[in-house]
Amino acid sequence: MSTTTPPIAATRTAEARVTRSAQPSGWLLPVAAGAIVLLAFMPSLLSQGDLSTMMNAFILLTMAVMWNLLAGYAGMVSIGQQAFIGLGAEGVLAMAQHGLNPVASIPLAAIATAAIALPVSLLVFRLRGGYFAIATWVVADTAELVVSSISSLGSGTGSPVPGLSGLSAKSFGDITYWAALAVALVALGMAYLLLRSRLGLVLAAVRDDEVGARSAGARVMAARRIVFAVAALGCGAAGALLAVSQLNVQPSSVFSVQWSAEMIFVTLIGGIGTLEGPIIGTILFFVLEQSLAQHGALYLIVLGSVAVVVAIWAPRGIWGTIASKLRFRLFPVGYWLWAQGAVRGREAGSVQARLAGRRRRRPEDPPA
Amino acid sequence: MSWVNAVIQGVLTGAFYALFACGLSLLFGVMGIINLAHGDLAVIGGYVAVALIPVTHVPVVWSFAIVVPIFAVGGYVLQRTLLQASLDRGPFTTLLVTFGLSVVAENALLEVFTSNSQSLNIGNLITYSFSINSQITISYFSVVVLALAVAVLGALQLFLSRSRTGRLIRAVADDREAAQLVGANHRHVFGVAAAIAFSTVALAGLAYAMSSQIAPTTGTGTLLSAFEAVVIGGIGSVWGTLVGGVVLGVAQQIGAQINPAYQILAGHLVFLAVLALRPQGLFGTRARA
Repeated sequence: MSTTTPPIAATRTAEARVTRSAQPSGWLLPVAAGAIVLLAFMPSLLSQGDLSTMMNAFILLTMAVMWNLLAGYAGMVSIGQQAFIGLGAEGVLAMAQHGLNPVASIPLAAIATAAIALPVSLLVFRLRGGYFAIATWVVADTAELVVSSISSLGSGTGSPVPGLSGLSAKSFGDITYWAALAVALVALGMAYLLLRSRLGLVLAAVRDDEVGARSAGARVMAARRIVFAVAALGCGAAGALLAVSQLNVQPSSVFSVQWSAEMIFVTLIGGIGTLEGPIIGTILFFVLEQSLAQHGALYLIVLGSVAVVVAIWAPRGIWGTIASKLRFRLFPVGYWLWAQGAVRGREAGSVQARLAGRRRRRPEDPPA
Repeated sequence: MSWVNAVIQGVLTGAFYALFACGLSLLFGVMGIINLAHGDLAVIGGYVAVALIPVTHVPVVWSFAIVVPIFAVGGYVLQRTLLQASLDRGPFTTLLVTFGLSVVAENALLEVFTSNSQSLNIGNLITYSFSINSQITISYFSVVVLALAVAVLGALQLFLSRSRTGRLIRAVADDREAAQLVGANHRHVFGVAAAIAFSTVALAGLAYAMSSQIAPTTGTGTLLSAFEAVVIGGIGSVWGTLVGGVVLGVAQQIGAQINPAYQILAGHLVFLAVLALRPQGLFGTRARA
């Protein structure tokens, strides 16, 4: 994964140089490939119950990766991602009702969801910060109410997804697992490539100094819009997976704000603004859920309290705290700043801002 | 005539929303906090009364005198501790913290009070009403709420513009560093503003619990309505919030008149239309958010 050379050649100035935040390490690619192959063979190793738990973990991971893109990199706190989860699920339902294979309709539903996100962004982008957050929530509530009034989608009570009844329980479980694994891998890969692209550079510059980035000609709104659409794509796919795996779509469940709560907490605790964070957060979430699930609402109370504590006193999350002590990055998307003759580089948020040394991080900046 | 009734009931509902919204507005205007737990606070206010009234053996109407001071103190303490700590880290953190608090509050209420809806029973007081004609009946309680909303908003406006503490709050909101230079303790001022905001939300929550049913999940809808009222009226305008609440209430009642299922949806659509056509709100002059 990190064996490519940095797309931005090391910038040389009199006193410093900048490189990707990790050096190419030869062993990482085989290890990652091995892990993926191992995950792909899980259906023959695990019981159906465990497999279904892992599938749910992949769905949550996909959502968390998307929320992390929005909030951790593009600075947009959305509490309405359940709008796109719900639309993805309802999309699969609608297509399956018209005879399409539900599994095959997952990418179609995701793309349709992203297409809906573009006009939505025209509205919600008029508000910033916290008002943006609640506006996305209103959009999600609106989407749920509109879908609940469509009788062919089962109105408010929901409807079963047709088209998969011929499969045995075992092969149904395997197929949905692989679909969820594929979606999660694509989501991670897409986020990684996006952040290493020119767009990622724009986002980092905006995060560090929005006015500076704008005056340097960065097209901030366009970058945000792309991220918003990509996040809708990913959440749409996650919702589509929910529809396929549960074989039933109920508006109040797929449009539930609990999805937003879970993706936010997973990202926060794992480490916001890092691609590794959502993975660690998801693993932790499922361990916590397994041990607290029988206590009902209690696990959300614990999770919410932990998230509050982390947000205030450990804003870098688990991975951010570990990574600041390591030179190692699973997904190198940031940059290192090397002082002349230094053996150890400092992590840089934005190349220009850091090199120019215009300002230090202010407390109101989102955590790096 | 049923349409006239819808408009009248809408105005009365709108007063509720304005009462909910003024605390939200104040927290944002003074500290820049978007309190995502605002709706849940109102619900907690209702539940505190539900829990305390049987113990204290006083008439239910007295719950205003019990719960509002509790909330004022609670607001001050929460602001000086958790909210100030998150404010020190920035607006991004306050959003995440208040959302976390909202989820914790909602699920804690579920654990303690179950998902059954409850109500504060004030007996006959809620059923008293007068009729204008055979179609239009207005309950006295909703008129009292309208008067309460106008009184609270007016008092808030007067307090902020005339009193010494109000001037201090505005000074800190306008330029914290300059206010500190002339001796203002901004943390204390923030605490006072939070105490006022929490008191108004307790008022709103109690009035809501008396006239309707509350459940642990009621907070979400309440937050969205209060927020819509603020944006429709124009962010930062006290009387705009009242008008925004009334516009929202009327839209919802007219929607409900068409089909009861469209009540909330109609409100959302009006909100989105305002966002599309007049994003600064009906009374806003510039986008502050």
